[in-house]
Amino acid sequence: MNLLLKGFVLVLFGSILTLPALAEDAKNKGLEIAKATKAKDAGWGDSQTELEMTLRNQHGQTSIRKMRLKSMEQQNDGDKSLTIFDSPRDVKGTAFLSFSHPQANDDQWLYLPALKRVKRISSRNKSGSFMGSEFSFEDLTSFEVEKYDYNYLRDETIDGELSWVVEQFPLDKNSGYKRRIVWIDQSEHRIRKTDFYDRKNTLLKTLTFSNYQQYINKHWRAKKMEMANHQSGKSTILIYTDFKINKGLDEKEFNKNALKRAR
Amino acid sequence: MKKSIFHPTMFCLLVGHFFSAQANEFEVRGNIEVQGRFFYEEPLYNSQHNSQFSLAAAPEFFWSWNDGTDSLEFVPSARVDQHDSERTHMDIRELSWIHVGDDWETRVGIRRDFWGVTEFQHLVDIINQSDSVEDVDNEDKLGQPMINISLVKEWGIVDFYVLPYFRERTFAGVEGRPGIPFINTDSPLYESSEGQQHVDWAVRWSHSIDDLDFAFSWFDGTSRAPDLQPNLSPQGEFELVPYYKQISQLGIELQANLESSLIKLEMIHNNNHQQDYWALQGGIEYSQYGIFDSNADLGWIVEYAWDERGEDSSSNFQNDLFLGTRLAINDVDSSELLFGFGYDLDFNSTSVLFEASRRFGENIKVAIDARFFESNEQQDPLYLFRRDDHIQITAQYYY
Repeated sequence: MNLLLKGFVLVLFGSILTLPALAEDAKNKGLEIAKATKAKDAGWGDSQTELEMTLRNQHGQTSIRKMRLKSMEQQNDGDKSLTIFDSPRDVKGTAFLSFSHPQANDDQWLYLPALKRVKRISSRNKSGSFMGSEFSFEDLTSFEVEKYDYNYLRDETIDGELSWVVEQFPLDKNSGYKRRIVWIDQSEHRIRKTDFYDRKNTLLKTLTFSNYQQYINKHWRAKKMEMANHQSGKSTILIYTDFKINKGLDEKEFNKNALKRAR
Repeated sequence: MKKSIFHPTMFCLLVGHFFSAQANEFEVRGNIEVQGRFFYEEPLYNSQHNSQFSLAAAPEFFWSWNDGTDSLEFVPSARVDQHDSERTHMDIRELSWIHVGDDWETRVGIRRDFWGVTEFQHLVDIINQSDSVEDVDNEDKLGQPMINISLVKEWGIVDFYVLPYFRERTFAGVEGRPGIPFINTDSPLYESSEGQQHVDWAVRWSHSIDDLDFAFSWFDGTSRAPDLQPNLSPQGEFELVPYYKQISQLGIELQANLESSLIKLEMIHNNNHQQDYWALQGGIEYSQYGIFDSNADLGWIVEYAWDERGEDSSSNFQNDLFLGTRLAINDVDSSELLFGFGYDLDFNSTSVLFEASRRFGENIKVAIDARFFESNEQQDPLYLFRRDDHIQITAQYYY
């Protein structure tokens, strides 16, 4: 065996030994970044905002949806949220109540004002389109660390901010995605961009976050989110206005009676 | 009748729309509807017609004060029908004051409240009377005067109701179609000597634990579903007269979310002076999301209905199987297709519904419903509708 080959075998052998360790490191680093991101934003308590959603089809035609969103942070559980639809007019007064859970299925109910009926929504609807938009229900639920496996990829500069690039693998088999790649800036732990890969591991959508604003010197919120679907050519822009944080919303705003009362 | 309804209808049509322009102290919304029904076959009764047009309006007025802890809701509704004097009617769907406390809520006035989980029949739902002239599916309800106290506890929501006035079911008139022209709604019969003044009450406990929703309810008072009793009118003509019994009814609702499926069950036990009975409606709703790599969702529903009284039951659904499917395209116009099929295992009769709906622009919604009835047994309540296959086109303007 010549020296060159011997050296090659050594290198190969060595890399086999170190690869799992590297993978373990990347996994842990990804998890640590997720935990740090969640921890940095903890304590926001509750929030209220108005939302304008512009749907754009492949021909450039647009349609606007308006809604209001109330959310409440939960200790040791996923967040609670209530979404009230204002337009189009025929769905005005329709409301959506969601209790997200880090490990168990989310609980979701829809209120249909014309029938005065509260209807349970199957927890499987994660991959379903939200209001005909390019956002699916899972894109809009709160981020919970326990819902993903992680893999740190690299550092990269985006929007002039040095960021971690991390792969996230949904643990829920009902997720519409095989993986997501998330860019999180290192200065403030703000998500800059997310690439979504469908179950066949093809790039499906890209979500970009912009117009970040800080609230009570701590919590950063993007006032604009744009989701582009690479496969259909359609896109959706979400604009947040009149955002309020930590105004002391009560638990009683997030039960089925509140859902029926929502206007 | 038509004269007296004209002004309320104009009020609903015009005032609601006028106020929506300056809704800064309170909120107004609602809709105006134009509808046409077209029948293929000659009617069973020569008083009926082959087409029928109507105009309807339902504005909604909403005030709130004390930082939203108090609110008032007013929803009148009116319809003018080309032929059917019974369908030309108005109702107050809602006129109620809601006060929200820490873990309780009071709702006083005229209201609608829905109980239940299944799709093809609402067995447990009993607070409101059906406004049957609006549509044959009985999904429209008349406003019910009530005092309702709702408690929100760790162990669920408990609702207490006092229902001080009874609403008679509406039926299509002599010229209404689909309809039975010889139902006489002018002189209904009551088991209770108090008639419409009888005070009913109800209580319901509902709760959700993880993937399970359930509710138990008790109702005591005048049955919402009348028995239709044969009678000879003073002119010697055959007619059916609604008879409203006193009943006590236990209601059970169960719903479990397993993966993509919702398992649903409604059961009632009805106590009355003639024949106590059990009835149930249950089934599965299965949903597929994002079919064919699109945004479209597809839902499937299978349900079964059973009534202990069997073929003698006054209910249409005593041993019936239902199949439904719903395709939501999830496009900008919210296009939807719905197909429903009901099969009566005792009478071998079928009813079929096909519905397509979409939005045009921001404010207009159009629905086309086609309904087919097939029945060959005289004993079957559906037999009276065997010639009433029709297409219904409804255009609604929302503001």
